[in-house]
Amino acid sequence: MTQLILYNLFNGLIIGAFYALMALGLSLILNLSGVINFAHGGFLAIGGYLAYTLMPHIGFWGALALAPVLTAALGLMVERILIRRLYGRDPLYSLLLTFGLAFMFEDGTRYLWGPATVPFAIPDWLSTPLSSDFFFLTGYRMFMVVLAFVAVLALFLLLNRTRLGIRIRAGTLDLETVSVLGVNVRILRNLNFGLGIYLAGLAGVLAAGMLGLQPTIGSALIMPSFVAIIIGGLGSLPGTLMGGLLIGAASGVVTVFFPSASEAVIYVMMGLVLLVRPRGLLGEEGRF
Amino acid sequence: MTRLPKHSTSMVVWLLLLTLPFWMSAIGGYTALGSRVVVLALAAMSLNFLLGFTGVLSFGHAAYFGLGVYGVGLTLKYLLPNTLVGIAVGVLAGTIAAAVVGALIVRLRGVYFAMVTIAFGQVFYFIAYRWNTVTGGDDGLSGWRRVPIELGVTRLDILGNDKAFYYLVLFCFAGAVTAMAGLLASPFGRTLLAIRENERRARFLGIPVDQHIWLSWVTSCMFVSLAGALYALLNNFADPHDLRWDQSGDFVIMAVLGGMRAFWGPLIGAAIFVVLQDYVSSQTENWMSFIGLFFILVVLFFPRGVLGILRRKSAS
Amino acid sequence: MANGVFSRNIGRRTVIKGAVAAGVVQFASPFIHTARAADIVKIGLNDPLTGTYAELGKNEQIGCELAVEQINAKGGILGRKVELLVEDSTSADTGTAVQKGRKLIERDNVDFLLGNVNSAMAIALGQVSNELKRLHIVTGGHTDSVTGSDCHWNVFRVCNTTRMETNSVAKTLFTKYGKRWYFITPDYAFGHTLQQGFEASLKAFGGTEVGADLSPLGATDYSSYLIKAQAANPDVIIFLHAGQDMINALKQAVQFGLDKRFHIAGAQQELEVLNALSPNARIGTWVFEWYWKQPNVPHVAEFVAEIKKRTGGKVPTARHWFGYASTWTCALIANQEKSLDAVKLAKALEGFKLPPEVALMPNEPFYRAGDHQLMPSLYVGHAVESGSEPEDLFHVDEVVKGTDVALPVSETGCHMVAPS
Repeated sequence: MTQLILYNLFNGLIIGAFYALMALGLSLILNLSGVINFAHGGFLAIGGYLAYTLMPHIGFWGALALAPVLTAALGLMVERILIRRLYGRDPLYSLLLTFGLAFMFEDGTRYLWGPATVPFAIPDWLSTPLSSDFFFLTGYRMFMVVLAFVAVLALFLLLNRTRLGIRIRAGTLDLETVSVLGVNVRILRNLNFGLGIYLAGLAGVLAAGMLGLQPTIGSALIMPSFVAIIIGGLGSLPGTLMGGLLIGAASGVVTVFFPSASEAVIYVMMGLVLLVRPRGLLGEEGRF
Repeated sequence: MTRLPKHSTSMVVWLLLLTLPFWMSAIGGYTALGSRVVVLALAAMSLNFLLGFTGVLSFGHAAYFGLGVYGVGLTLKYLLPNTLVGIAVGVLAGTIAAAVVGALIVRLRGVYFAMVTIAFGQVFYFIAYRWNTVTGGDDGLSGWRRVPIELGVTRLDILGNDKAFYYLVLFCFAGAVTAMAGLLASPFGRTLLAIRENERRARFLGIPVDQHIWLSWVTSCMFVSLAGALYALLNNFADPHDLRWDQSGDFVIMAVLGGMRAFWGPLIGAAIFVVLQDYVSSQTENWMSFIGLFFILVVLFFPRGVLGILRRKSAS
Repeated sequence: MANGVFSRNIGRRTVIKGAVAAGVVQFASPFIHTARAADIVKIGLNDPLTGTYAELGKNEQIGCELAVEQINAKGGILGRKVELLVEDSTSADTGTAVQKGRKLIERDNVDFLLGNVNSAMAIALGQVSNELKRLHIVTGGHTDSVTGSDCHWNVFRVCNTTRMETNSVAKTLFTKYGKRWYFITPDYAFGHTLQQGFEASLKAFGGTEVGADLSPLGATDYSSYLIKAQAANPDVIIFLHAGQDMINALKQAVQFGLDKRFHIAGAQQELEVLNALSPNARIGTWVFEWYWKQPNVPHVAEFVAEIKKRTGGKVPTARHWFGYASTWTCALIANQEKSLDAVKLAKALEGFKLPPEVALMPNEPFYRAGDHQLMPSLYVGHAVESGSEPEDLFHVDEVVKGTDVALPVSETGCHMVAPS
């Protein structure tokens, strides 16, 4: 029994790392631009499908490298043409707009790649378990966890050590002042949005290796990602990672005892966190 | 432009709604579509009582809508074959749940409030979705039907006659909407507007803000559960999907689409949302692209909702 | 400020009112159908074209379209041209499905209703078609109650009950792969009834159920269930999922190497799922409801060739056949009875045998009188990495007669109420 709980705890952390990866992108965009991006799942699906299309030509690793970049390019375009017009308006409008975008992405992927789930093969050596006892630790899942941590670390370095990152952080805190200081806020937000979408694309390629790749692949993943952000605290990237790990672990452990509640538990956690500490575990006071 | 009497818009709205079953089929619609528009319009207008007139965004109204749905379904299936009792149970269930949840969350504001409403909403959703023995789980609750209403002297055949059912829906809609309009015109409603415009100032004036928001929340949820009860009767089916967060999202979108600062805005939004989806999805399986594009165009070009643009044009 | 909401804009409402009214009329005018001649027979298909089940719905639609074309080429129904009206029910929103069902019957006045892939929607639509007294053939919703406790005089079903599926494969599993079974079951009626069916068989054979888990419908991660399953150390792990859930579950089971340690099996399997899996995950013992490679059965090759023309070379699946057989059923029975009267046709369909060019399977499938369930053949076999042709991914080991595996009518829970 203890073993079962430990296994599920461990396994839950792996799943949580994946939620965190998706949530980080959402979190970046929400923090700087105040846009709740409901089209994130759509971008994720596009990342997966681009990788699927590229794979026969440039292999899995090539696709893993290129597909997220292409997705990010699409993200930059979307921000330039659509999202930009909404800054400073009630967040409800960005909600309506990204809802509409999500519809168009789902339909667009279905139109381009068909409604059928497509097979997405990952390299054999990645998809085998590392040991027969810990069979749930496949190379692929370990790779996913490492990637999630690298993404957090890289983002952290980017935000703390580079000019762009420092400006993004400053913009998150006080956009007006940053603007007055001569930083081009438009470009800043544009790049930040692209970065968030890059993470969505990356999560999409990884998800395609684990789940069936079809147009609705992102829709089941978006809500847990929101929950991860809220629990971790709006505005805090380490918090988002922690939130992801936490809900993954909780859901895993609850599955052992009371499987019917394995999904509801993350919302109960979110409700409790919000009631007791509205800013989230690592969130900064006074934002939003 | 001549100014018409004060209530002219309302009169036209009522006239259109009252005569709807008679022109709906002439323009190619069908009565059940009209009932659906009115039911969802009631849900959107109830949400807007909170969103548009108190300035509080809820993203979990589907939960109370769904409690109305299951209240009716469970009553008619297991308790008592009486439609009116079913509606009463549904509204009561939604209102009580909202009163309890509201007391917990009323201190929160803005994004936090919206998020915590999602959280509670999803908990209700998963209960409906996974408690198979009671709710039927994902398969929903079937095997029951709305029952004709006995009025002593006469019998209202809402099962066999869909026009009769439409008028029952419209009757409930009228009652709820009149009540909401009355509340908004009362000192209570004025206070809500004051809170929407400037909560700090309202607080300084000694207004018990949390209490007012709680009351507004409960009122709003009560009417949305009435809409849910009617929705269950419309479909003769209870579906856990009715409680999920994306259903809440649809209500918000209807309100924003139509114009959330206008009393009739959500009605227009719901009508557009329902009719557009019904019409486009019969024409093409790529209907989602058209609806999505429509949302985007509204955001870009009709910033205050469809009613908003109509207003601006008329002002110029 | 406070009274702004009401009074500020009222003067402008003149215009709004006019514009709204004009807008409604303009907006709605495309609804107006060009008057249709009365010499058309309409068949309505209510199936998911968007969301998770989009592929299955689309495949059924293609089957229906082929049938309609053939029916028209052979003189239509009662000498009238047949038209197929398709409505997207969505994959998850039953309210929309019901609305579209009413639209097809009340507004478009279809003579026959077909659908749905989703069991919950099939049941809800059955209520609508029953209320409005239209002949309704359920194409692809498997939950037992459609022809069991929720049966109606006007509702027939082409695809199998879950009990038929489990009964056809249970014996093979037990004798060939072992008597200790673990179930991973999707948490909705389809999964529950599949599990109950297997449990009944297992009990009859004297085997052991070493564990069972209910996974949520639409789950993305199956690892925690797989962890529990392997800890119980069964002979066979039984997956009772459908569609996307089955794809996710099998993909993960294979990545964890569980297929090398346990036998993987289940009941219903579909070509759509095997097509979506990478070759190494095409494993396990399953039941197909129809298969495109039946060299000794007449007319199958022509059907495959016709469907391939419409799908860009992809072979038909059971879903294509469901759509095809349901549509043909409507035409055959109406022409036989020379009538479109639902009550009359429903009566005539009881015991009705599908002719070979529609049946496309051995054993003369027929609609059983007591519960309106089609008694077709079932194909027990195993998935293969790759067969003799690209989409030959299933090897049929045994063809089972539907009548041998279906519960007797008295045990289905169906109490048919005659039309009033």
